[in-house]
Amino acid sequence: MARNVGRQCVRERDAVRTAISGLEVRRAASLGEALSILRDDQRTPIAGATDLYVALNFGTLEPRRFLDIWAVNELRDISMNGKTLVLGALATYTSLIRSPLVERHLPMLVEASRQVGGPQIQNRGTLGGNVANASPAGDSLPVLAAVDAVVVLRSADTERRIPLTKFYTGYRATVMRPNELIVAIEIPPVEGRQWFRKVGTRAAQAISKIVVAGVRAAVPRIAFGSVAPTVVRVPETERSLASGATIDEAARVLSREIVPIDDIRSTAEYRMRVATNLLRRFWIETG
Amino acid sequence: MKFVLNGASTDVMAHPMSRLLDVLREECGLTGTKEGCGEGECGACTVLVNGEPVCSCLIPVAQVESADVVTIEGLGDDHPLQHLFMNEIGAQCGICTPGMIMAAIALGPSPTLDDVKIALAGNLCRCTGYSAIYRAVLKWREMSDVNVSASATR
Repeated sequence: MARNVGRQCVRERDAVRTAISGLEVRRAASLGEALSILRDDQRTPIAGATDLYVALNFGTLEPRRFLDIWAVNELRDISMNGKTLVLGALATYTSLIRSPLVERHLPMLVEASRQVGGPQIQNRGTLGGNVANASPAGDSLPVLAAVDAVVVLRSADTERRIPLTKFYTGYRATVMRPNELIVAIEIPPVEGRQWFRKVGTRAAQAISKIVVAGVRAAVPRIAFGSVAPTVVRVPETERSLASGATIDEAARVLSREIVPIDDIRSTAEYRMRVATNLLRRFWIETG
Repeated sequence: MKFVLNGASTDVMAHPMSRLLDVLREECGLTGTKEGCGEGECGACTVLVNGEPVCSCLIPVAQVESADVVTIEGLGDDHPLQHLFMNEIGAQCGICTPGMIMAAIALGPSPTLDDVKIALAGNLCRCTGYSAIYRAVLKWREMSDVNVSASATR
C-alpha cells in the first residue's frame, strides 16, 4: 500500500515538470538572424515566457525546440509611422503602460496592460506573445480587435499584414506559418471614446471571466474576449447601436451573437449576463 | 553562462532553458528565493533582473545572460525593510516574504498606499491579510525618503 502511494507521488511529480534536458534552444541576437533560423528550422518562438513556462512548469509544454527572441531589441520599439501607432512585438506590458504614445493614442491598451497579472508579469509579458499565444481570454486582444489592429508577420523573404480579426482561425489557431514571426502590431488612428473592462476573480493575477473593449463612434466597435473560441467583434450588435436601436434591443442582439461556454473560470449563464451588462455600461459611460 | 548576481560576476553551468529559480537555488546555493505556484501567480520567486521585479520560475536562465540579478540575499541580513517586516509582523509563515521584499524594493519614492498595493499585487500572502506588509513598506519608504532628503540638504 505504502509502495503504491509512493509510486503515485513519483508519477505526480513527473507530471508537473517538463524535463529541461529534453529541450533545445537557439538564441537570436537580431531579427535577421531569427528569421533565417526559422527559414531553415521549425522552432517555437519564446520571448517573455510567461505563458510557455507555465506550461513547462505544469508538464504540458508540447514544443521541444525553441527560438529565443528575447534579445531582439529592434522588436521593442513603440513609434508612430505617419498616423499609425506601431507597437513592436516585444513591447512589454510595462513599456506599454509607460509609453506616452500609447497613453495618447490607445489609452485602453494602457488600462488593459495594467490588469495583466501583476508587475512581475507585466515586466516580462509581451504584446506579440499575447497575440501569438492565441488564448480566447488574452487581455489585450479585445482592444486590438476593437481598433482593427493589423498583425505584421515577417519571414525571411516575405511580409504579410493580417487584420487581427482575421488572424485567428479557431481555438488557439492562427494563420501564422511556421517560418513567420510577429514583428509588430499596427494601430490605425482611433476616433471616438475608448472603453475597456475586464471581469476576473480579483483585480490582479486573474485570468478574465470576460473582457471587453469598445470604441464609441458613429458606428461603435466592440470586441469581447472569453465568450467564444477566439476574441470576437460583435458586428450585428455594433450595427444595431449604429442604427439607433435602444440599448435593450442591442443587448438582445448581443445575446444572440455570442455563445459563451461553461469552464473552470465561469459559467455560460454568468458570462452572458455580464456581457450584456458590460454592453450597457459601455453605452452609458461613453454616451 | 555569465551574469551579475548580487553584485558579483557569476559563471554557471546550466541548461539554457533551466529556470532561473532552479539555477539560483541549486547551482548558486541561494535558497532565499522560494518556489510557490510555478505559474507566475504568487510572486514567491520574485527577484530583480536589471532592477525590475520578475518571477524567476518563468525565466529561462539563458535570458539573464549579462544581466544584473538581485535576490533577497543581495540585501544582506540587515536591510531596514527586513527589520520592518519583522517589527510590523509583516511575516508569519515567511514563504512569501522574500518575494514581497523584492517586489517592494523596486518601488519609487513617496509611494501612496495604492502604489504599494499595485507594486505588491503580484505577490500572494495567506497569513497576514496584507495590512502589516503594506505598513512595513510604507514605513520603510518614509524612512528612506527622509534619509535621502537629509543627505541632500547636508
